[in-house]
Amino acid sequence: MSTETTASSNDAPKTAAGKTADYLDQRTSVGGAVKEFARKVFPDHWSFMLGEIALFSFVVLLLTGVFLTMFFDPSMALEEYHGAGPETMQGQLMSVAFASTLDLSFEVRGGLLMRQIHHWAALIFMAAIVVHMMRVFFTGAFRKPREINWLVGTVLLILGLAAGFSGYSLPDDVLSGNGLRITDGVIKSIPVIGSYMSYFVFGGEFPGEHIIPRLFTVHILLVPALILALIGVHLFLMVLHKHTQFPGGGRTDKNVVGYPLFPVYIAKMGGNFFIVFGILALMGATMSINNVWNYGPYDPSPVGAGAQPDWYMLFLEGSLRLMPGAGTEWVLFGYTLSLNVLIPAVVIPGLLFTFLFAYPFVEAKVTGDKREHHVLDRPRNVPVRTGLGVAFLTAFIILALAGSNDLIATHFGMSLNQITWAFRILFFAGPVIAFWITKRICLGLQRKDRELVLHGHETGRIVRFANGEYIEVHRPLDEQERWLRVNYTAHKPLEIEPATDARGVKRPGYKAEKRWQRLSRFFYEDRVEPVTPAELAAAHSHGEHDEIAAAQTSPEVTSGATNVEQER
Amino acid sequence: MKALAARRHHRAAPVVLMLLALLLTGGVYAVLAPSSATADTASTANDVEEGERLFQANCATCHGPNAEGTSEAPSLVGVGAASVDFQVSTGRMPMQMNGPQAAPKPPQMDEEQTAQLAAYVASLGAGPAIPTDEQVDGAEGDPSNGALLFRTNCAMCHNAVGAGGALSEGKWAPPLYDVSERNIYQAMLTGPQSMPVFNDANITPDEKRDIIAYLIEQRDGSAGGLSLGSLGPVSEGVWAWVVGLGLMIGAAVWIGAKSS
Repeated sequence: MSTETTASSNDAPKTAAGKTADYLDQRTSVGGAVKEFARKVFPDHWSFMLGEIALFSFVVLLLTGVFLTMFFDPSMALEEYHGAGPETMQGQLMSVAFASTLDLSFEVRGGLLMRQIHHWAALIFMAAIVVHMMRVFFTGAFRKPREINWLVGTVLLILGLAAGFSGYSLPDDVLSGNGLRITDGVIKSIPVIGSYMSYFVFGGEFPGEHIIPRLFTVHILLVPALILALIGVHLFLMVLHKHTQFPGGGRTDKNVVGYPLFPVYIAKMGGNFFIVFGILALMGATMSINNVWNYGPYDPSPVGAGAQPDWYMLFLEGSLRLMPGAGTEWVLFGYTLSLNVLIPAVVIPGLLFTFLFAYPFVEAKVTGDKREHHVLDRPRNVPVRTGLGVAFLTAFIILALAGSNDLIATHFGMSLNQITWAFRILFFAGPVIAFWITKRICLGLQRKDRELVLHGHETGRIVRFANGEYIEVHRPLDEQERWLRVNYTAHKPLEIEPATDARGVKRPGYKAEKRWQRLSRFFYEDRVEPVTPAELAAAHSHGEHDEIAAAQTSPEVTSGATNVEQER
Repeated sequence: MKALAARRHHRAAPVVLMLLALLLTGGVYAVLAPSSATADTASTANDVEEGERLFQANCATCHGPNAEGTSEAPSLVGVGAASVDFQVSTGRMPMQMNGPQAAPKPPQMDEEQTAQLAAYVASLGAGPAIPTDEQVDGAEGDPSNGALLFRTNCAMCHNAVGAGGALSEGKWAPPLYDVSERNIYQAMLTGPQSMPVFNDANITPDEKRDIIAYLIEQRDGSAGGLSLGSLGPVSEGVWAWVVGLGLMIGAAVWIGAKSS
């Protein structure tokens, strides 16, 4: 660093930008970091931008959220409304929180636009997180060394739910108040401590006068700060681990093939930010969202038809709607055990999130895999993981649909009761069927890959030989295509040592190992091995006819391969 | 013609042809379709007699020859003219098909016939009369009070702004956007299908008019742009996923298209 400061005067920068950069660098030595980052290589794929969408939506949430905070008043004091809001609200008794929501929508210039962008951005933020998570799951990007980052991401998902829920309740309207009432019920269903917890959260009997100010603090301070900090950790780990890449020729666990951050990714990311912001602004400007004046100020007595939470909470709503009420509420030793609420609202989501948190570690254990992975899996090459992911999504989607059962009934002319029963059965059967179908499709695709590698593409060219025999000419795969299809590991079930050692003494820990082995068999019993070089050679030599075609096309293969090298 | 001939194998040709054909069919239909008849509403003394004849022809199969009711359908003695006017002018009656509840459809009776049927049924026993235009005029009501009343009495089935909702076993509370002011009033007064009766002691005539005023207020659209059906968070979620995230993923594919 000291050599830089004593550089001769003719090396000194001459442009304004150069001088500024030099000024900064002399005081912070930031030049080294910039140089390092500008040259950092990222692999290129559209699905790697899904996390970016979530990040940029969050930036939009922060920007619009700051604006809204300046006008929103989170007070539950009552006032009679006379303002610029809709005629249907004039003279009604409402909380100051609700009235200030009306004011910031109808009196503050651009307030309604900001509110709508904020709400749309929240929905997109959660949707982008889910889609990003799906990409990470199905390509196996959570494997070593990224397990911790997967946990950070899952915590971010939960914090996103918390942010959404706390913000959604702030306007103190009938719809979100119903949501709070359900929350109160869920808290009270927790055995022993439930009613104390409820009084603690609401500062007395529901709804009380404290919940909106408390949610306000949670929404604008606690949760955003945690999300921001964890996004920092998430991105830091991403840079530290380097980004994963899809399999392909020349890509290994020891390199990263792609473009440098500067200028390619700076441009792409910057462009994507403006696209995301633009779409959110367009949505906020043209599509109304959460018109709280439709629902009216909160009053614990009314409930409107079609009372649902935002989409990311819909699975909880559905879970509650599916649970049969009769016979599931017990009284034990004078305490009420509300299984009708406890199971759908606490146990089911608990199981879903446990799956998300535990999966990377379970898979590593049953695979017996301690290597680092930087090349992604093609989803078909890990059929059971892909199947489990689809089964999980199926359960989630069925719950979300069950949460919309009344709208399905009215819009598709069906019976609400029958829909509910169908979803009750589908919640258990659907994931199993989805798992089985997905696994079979994956295995089928793997077999098709084998077939392709061994015999090549069908060309549709039929050749007749002098002896009258017809064959269809197959064109062998080029090196890139073949690499993609043969370069994976078909994991085998764990092998464990016998129950007793050489002297016939029982080996400690055998039973646990046996259980893991059983799970490992479930994962890897059915597998399709990639084509080995020997198999490939055998396939190529068995038909002398195909060799004619192979000989014709082989020069093209090499030239094609070199083109690919040059491009990179 | 030559230019046309050269393009007849164009990829879009079938689509264009199809569109032209549809346009032609639609145009011809619009010209030739019979226009709806307009009947004068002057009522006469023999309305009851005419109404009875219409009743015998269209309603007696289910409601019985003297409107006394059968195992299929309720008695109409004492339901009043308001009930008949509501059921017939919205096309719910005569019912064409059994189902969880009678669905509205284009009315089968014209205004005169409806009035005659109403007069006949009203003659069978005392019941609520058809409200006057002044009684149902939303412009005279207070939409703010209407909002309060609607939220407490109606929103649990009809949705907060009257977008409709589901009831049990395939029944439903219909959307109220296209329902006439008179029909809204009559529905509250007579409680058709699964709807409870809101008599004048329960919700006074003035309050009924306030509710109508609130519902009329909802027809101006939403302050924030497209209303998306005013169905609440589920439709918002669908739009967020399909339009919002759809566009964003499309953009991401576009940005990532020049990939290695």
